[in-house]
Amino acid sequence: MPETVLKGKAIKLGDNVSTDDIIPGRFAHLRSNLPELSKHIFEDLVPDFASRVHQGDFLVAGGNFGLGSSREHAPLVIKMSGIAAILAKSAARIFFRNAINQGLPVLLCDTAQINDGDQLEINLTEGVITNLTSNSRLTSTKIPPLMFAILKEGGLIPYIKKHKDFEL
Amino acid sequence: MGKTLAEKILRDKSQTDAMAGDIVLATVDLVFVQDTTGPLTIKQFEDSGFAAIAEPEKVAIFLDHAAPSPSQQTSNDHILLRHFARETNCHIYDVGNGICHQLVAELFANPGDIIVGADSHTVTAGALCAFATGMGSTDIAIAMALGKTWFRVPETFLINLIGSFSKGVYAKDLILYLIGQLGADGATYKALEFGGESLAGLNMSQRLTIANMAVEAGAKVGLFPSDEITQGFLSSQGRSASYKPLYPDADANYERIMSINLSQLEPMVSFPHSVDNVHSARDAKGIKIQQVFIGTCTNGRLEDLAVAASILQGKRRYPDTRLLIAPSSRQVLLQAIEKGYIHSLVEAGAVILPPGCAACLGLHQGVLGDGEACLSTANRNFKGRMGNPKAMLYLASPATAAASAITGEITDPREVIID
Repeated sequence: MPETVLKGKAIKLGDNVSTDDIIPGRFAHLRSNLPELSKHIFEDLVPDFASRVHQGDFLVAGGNFGLGSSREHAPLVIKMSGIAAILAKSAARIFFRNAINQGLPVLLCDTAQINDGDQLEINLTEGVITNLTSNSRLTSTKIPPLMFAILKEGGLIPYIKKHKDFEL
Repeated sequence: MGKTLAEKILRDKSQTDAMAGDIVLATVDLVFVQDTTGPLTIKQFEDSGFAAIAEPEKVAIFLDHAAPSPSQQTSNDHILLRHFARETNCHIYDVGNGICHQLVAELFANPGDIIVGADSHTVTAGALCAFATGMGSTDIAIAMALGKTWFRVPETFLINLIGSFSKGVYAKDLILYLIGQLGADGATYKALEFGGESLAGLNMSQRLTIANMAVEAGAKVGLFPSDEITQGFLSSQGRSASYKPLYPDADANYERIMSINLSQLEPMVSFPHSVDNVHSARDAKGIKIQQVFIGTCTNGRLEDLAVAASILQGKRRYPDTRLLIAPSSRQVLLQAIEKGYIHSLVEAGAVILPPGCAACLGLHQGVLGDGEACLSTANRNFKGRMGNPKAMLYLASPATAAASAITGEITDPREVIID
């Protein structure tokens, strides 16, 4: 997490976006070829996603984002697409852990207040989201200090390389 | 204050008080991957800089999701996994042994264990009172390296079961009903704990079906107490010494308590495209299906094949409805052959697939065509799950699946079951 303040545009999604929506299981044979796999991100749910996303954008979802499979390729291809953070009303637990382990911030907040295309500024340390379009602020649920420490190091691999163990 | 099953297991494995909400470091008894999550796990393990896995006898690799391999790329992933197993001396269960969760139940899971797997249905082993939960490849890689991982001790929902199933109603109907009540995120981050007088009548096969689907309500684990049923199952697997009784404290603190009367349940069907979209099989009557799939870690056990065989024996599948059957393990397949179930099923027009995940996740062995509908005994019906986003997936019990294979449309099994 080199940057603690992020600025970008909201790409709005609905409730219950599954890991099959993010990266369909039928492409499992491409999982050892991430550049090929990542071409299929949101292929069934948002077919024009690749042309809509810009480096630094945010995914803004409803409830239960990332439900389903444990495939870490889901947050991985989201990160590869240029998405800088995910905002959701709630997130499935395996996805939540996987995203943090990949150094991809997930902020849980009342995303109904955000519209597609809104310009947002996110302060990760404070957990505060400023909606520059509607001129309003949202506060996200605090994550456990250990998860925040993992996120701060850029993910679990850099965290473990530095600390050699989990530090509670 | 007393402890739930989740708190007790995490207390013992973390050497802390482990009350709901605490973050703890706990030792793990089994760490596993399968063939679609294993390759990334190996990459992350290598990137982590650890020279070796902590305890190879506590690490297992299962080749089950795409097995036998349908593509060059998957075959190369399988080569990578076999090589890693040879290099590290961990366990490997190659193509044809069965589904990871079934093999974990048969071979590894003990009451009080902590099991982490790179597969969301790792929760299945909660049937044996193991704190078993799914994680992603990086968490699993680090758990392999350290022999431990971190957990947030979950709050628990107690699901109190009373009464017994009426004719044609099974564990699958119970868990579909519960998920319909809770919603797909109704138990997110929570432990589900099953209790009540009905437990004595729920065999291990039924418990595995129920625990398997805890994750479909968002739960971290689905736990059953370790009791005489657990003892009997472990003994049947030649693992009597692994048994220990394990119950929650009488004064344990539950976030929510729900009661379900089994005798009031009826056959249930989960409609596209979410597991919590649950209806009665009666309401699904008349929906045409082109494929029936009986198998998976949810319902591919001997008891499931027995029910299907009893309904299909002496009958034929509907001509326009394919019937695919995948036993969940080699042991299940062998027993189903010995008991004559496979004979009855093949005579009824079934295709027997090798022990493994088969058609469940759309990689091979039964991918659906555009506009086709499948009634499956699996645990998930997300859009695209069986390989085609233009297909419709319905979930039900093996009895409902078998009855529907005869008629070619979703059918309440009580219409065809003969006493």
